[in-house]
Amino acid sequence: MRAALEAKRRHADVALISKVHPVRSHSVAAQGGINAPLSAGDSWESHAFDTVKGSDYLGDQDAIEFLSREAAQAVVDLENMGVAFHRGPEGKLAPRNFGGASQARTYFVGAITGHAILHVMFEQLLKAGVKIYEEWFVTHLAIEGGFAAGLVAQEMLTGKFHLIRAKAIILCTGGCGRVYEPSTNALICTGDGMSLAWRAGAPLMDMEMVQYHPTTLANNGALMTEGARGDGAQLRNALGDRFMIKYAPNKIDLASRDVVSRAAQTEIDAGRGVDDGLGGKTCVYLDCTHLDRDFILERLGEIYELALQFANVDITRQPCPVRPGMHYQMGGIKTDLDGATRIPGLYAAGECACVSVHGGNRLGANSLLDTVIFGHRAGAHAAEFARQVDFRPLSEGVVMESERRAQAVLSRPANGESIAKIRLDLGRTMHQHAGVWREVKGLQTALNTLYTLKERYQKAPVQDKGKVFNTNLVFHWELGYMLDSAETILLSAIHRTESRGAHYRTDYPERDDQRWLKHILVGYRPDGAPTIEYLPVTLTRWKPEPRVY
Amino acid sequence: MQVTYRIKRFDPEVDKTPRFQDFTLQVGENDSVLDGMIKIREEQDGSLALRCSCRAAICGSCAMRVNGEPRLMCKTRIRDAAPEGLVKVEPMGNLPVVKDLVVDMGPFWQKVRAVKPWLEPPAAKPEREYLAPNEAMREVVGVVACIMCGACVSDCTVWEVDPNFLGPAALAKAYRFVADPRNTDNDERLKSLTEYTGIWDCTHCFYCVQACPKDVAPMERILALRREAIKHGYTDHNGVRHSDSFAQSVKDSGSLNEGRLAVETQGYLNLPALIGLAPVGLRALKAGKMPSPLHHKRPGASQVKRIFNELEKEEKTT
Ligand SMILES: Cc1cc2nc3c(=O)[nH]c(=O)nc-3n(C[C@H](O)[C@H](O)[C@H](O)COP(=O)(O)OP(=O)(O)OC[C@H]3O[C@@H](n4cnc5c(N)ncnc54)[C@H](O)[C@@H]3O)c2cc1C
Ligand code: SF4
Ligand code: SF4
Ligand code: FES
Repeated sequence: MRAALEAKRRHADVALISKVHPVRSHSVAAQGGINAPLSAGDSWESHAFDTVKGSDYLGDQDAIEFLSREAAQAVVDLENMGVAFHRGPEGKLAPRNFGGASQARTYFVGAITGHAILHVMFEQLLKAGVKIYEEWFVTHLAIEGGFAAGLVAQEMLTGKFHLIRAKAIILCTGGCGRVYEPSTNALICTGDGMSLAWRAGAPLMDMEMVQYHPTTLANNGALMTEGARGDGAQLRNALGDRFMIKYAPNKIDLASRDVVSRAAQTEIDAGRGVDDGLGGKTCVYLDCTHLDRDFILERLGEIYELALQFANVDITRQPCPVRPGMHYQMGGIKTDLDGATRIPGLYAAGECACVSVHGGNRLGANSLLDTVIFGHRAGAHAAEFARQVDFRPLSEGVVMESERRAQAVLSRPANGESIAKIRLDLGRTMHQHAGVWREVKGLQTALNTLYTLKERYQKAPVQDKGKVFNTNLVFHWELGYMLDSAETILLSAIHRTESRGAHYRTDYPERDDQRWLKHILVGYRPDGAPTIEYLPVTLTRWKPEPRVY
Repeated sequence: MQVTYRIKRFDPEVDKTPRFQDFTLQVGENDSVLDGMIKIREEQDGSLALRCSCRAAICGSCAMRVNGEPRLMCKTRIRDAAPEGLVKVEPMGNLPVVKDLVVDMGPFWQKVRAVKPWLEPPAAKPEREYLAPNEAMREVVGVVACIMCGACVSDCTVWEVDPNFLGPAALAKAYRFVADPRNTDNDERLKSLTEYTGIWDCTHCFYCVQACPKDVAPMERILALRREAIKHGYTDHNGVRHSDSFAQSVKDSGSLNEGRLAVETQGYLNLPALIGLAPVGLRALKAGKMPSPLHHKRPGASQVKRIFNELEKEEKTT
């Protein structure tokens, strides 16, 4: 929405297409906040360094510098547009603490920051008069003569396929969290844009970098924000020890996420886990009981409710069992600083893209920032690009192609293996072999499983044969996209024979800057195995150092 | 535990009228009603249409009627909804059904768009943020918390009889801007909210307050908007006369004189509207609900009057 707004402000003719109503997009779930070096004594350099270190030196430093320099203005812009950020005594914006940051610079709205920002973005789209196609599902990206030319989308209300011609297309399709089971991500986070771009010829970068968040609920993977620890909550094991003191003596509970997740998993694996309420001891405690009840209710109201509902725990009175769970995809469609992919006219921004500011591990509250800054930038550049080019000739044939694919799926007999079963197998496989710990045998097993899942997918039917609001068919499209994301994750993870950021190889436990201070890009080939390519990491002012928290 | 879901289904391509279908399944102890619905969709009937995404009561997709009450399915625990092992799920009310549990949210969004749903900050942009007290921001956040799920609209008694009514969610959204110290066009907003379909059409039935899963309390926001509108001098309206008459009637007689209320609401001098009331009176008469023309004082009416006088005195001194 930030991209659409910027393009519209620059007088482009813009339409926004979304498979759900825009305010239902997954950004709505972001709880903790958005980073900016705004307060006195903070500096963009400090924010940038924290981000570089957080990324385990895999982030491109030119992109990170850009992010940090623009952050203050971006957050002020959001405020000016109406976001009701938390204030300090003089009515000025006031931040909270967050993981991996050397000082408090996370600006927030209770525990509904993403929601508050997303709704303001929507308000601004209405104000600017951007045309919105809600509940339209994109099934195909049309490339003509090497240029982005348009896309095909299915209108869910009627089941009809439409061709939308465009001089420039910006993919802001979010992450691919559902490739894992469990995940903190919403059911719509199926990596659609990653797969669409990949198949159109734009490579995916850093896909092995999958973030596990240390504090998710066992029952359904729901997230307990890092803001809780930022506001004073502590992690404890079954013995009641604050185990993070051992792993990160300085930052303790607020070390970066990969570090905290590995520590928690180590404790659990060593038998010091606590009851998960599902019959195992796969959790540790997130303890807020020493914090004031009213304080919790004001600043952490959302997670108070989540814990009460899904874990039956009142966090103001009892410690809450949590465990590491899949949360964020650092990698994505490779773009430059303008959001441009390698296909002229095709742009990407947000979680589906990889500029790369997050490298091996994203800092909490840097990703909303990523979406607004690079969304803004991509919108501006796409508008400029569109001014300079003409529409590409594009025939209705591409619509018929999508219709034909849909028809082929719909005409499969309704009995047979369900899409849900394949998706569940995929998720569990990824969680087991490409989660917090990885090693070559497991990854290879997962890849083999993946290829059989792809075959099973080719035969899987949908039960709903109707046209109107056929969610079953949508799940079918989505599963196809997810299988592509999973493939690129596994291929990159097998390739990177070192441990860096979120990617921890038990068979290669050390970081290896000699060989691996570089990005892995996976490219699609219609008629053969995917290609692998490397790109050097851009270093500007910070030399790789050992990472201690 | 084992539960049976009784789900209202409707496929516009096949069914002429909605029908109920039962599904029986095993669910976990802390599972939400939504978890069970997803399980049904995945394991028993892939054609079951419903919206859902976040599973965490924040995206606003999954509002439905659970045992007749508007609820977010992901925020309702199955063991609370089906203590006897049976739960009934139907689409929300007051919005047209598209298929199964999916309703057309078009009318909902149309109302939201109608209240100018964006901030109009001062023209002179500050170098940084606009200053605003945190208290005011907290008040605003109480409404920002709205996830646009539509649960409040589902059972709104006024929307049901007058689909032009802006409704609880849109009016709460309107309040969000009026209450924001950074907003500059409150006068205009309040003026237009005072018109027909706006803040005076709500009957305080409380349903929206009960229905809202995010404690937005839309009715309270509507009442707050009324107070603001009166402060801004927008008093020449049926609603204002309605509440004045309501109060005066109770003060005078200890209970509500409905006849007087209807007439005073329109204004004694508003002849066309009074004539317009005649059919209502006739229908009421037919239904045996015509208020007696002789409105008797209730026993204890004098006490009620004393309360009013006390309160009015207090109001004057503060
Ligand atoms: C629980 C949770 C909490 C988080 N908390 C924070 C936080 O505190 N701070 C922070 O910075 N980050 C946080 N994050 C991360 C952050 O929320 C996400 O990375 C970010 O919101 C992604 O935004 P996006 O704009 O890229 O994508 P999304 O907001 O996911 O939007 C994707 C859009 O693409 C559309 N789309 C996708 N596929 C299709 C298709 N095929 N056809 C049509 N439309 C399509 C969708 O409809 C949607 O509108 C959190 C993430 C989670 C899961
Ligand atoms: S209180 Fe007013 S707005 Fe709320 S449901 Fe009743 S009539 Fe509708
Ligand atoms: S006010 Fe409450 S019930 Fe109504 S749309 Fe908003 S969150 Fe839903
Ligand atoms: S699934 Fe998002 S509100 Fe229920």
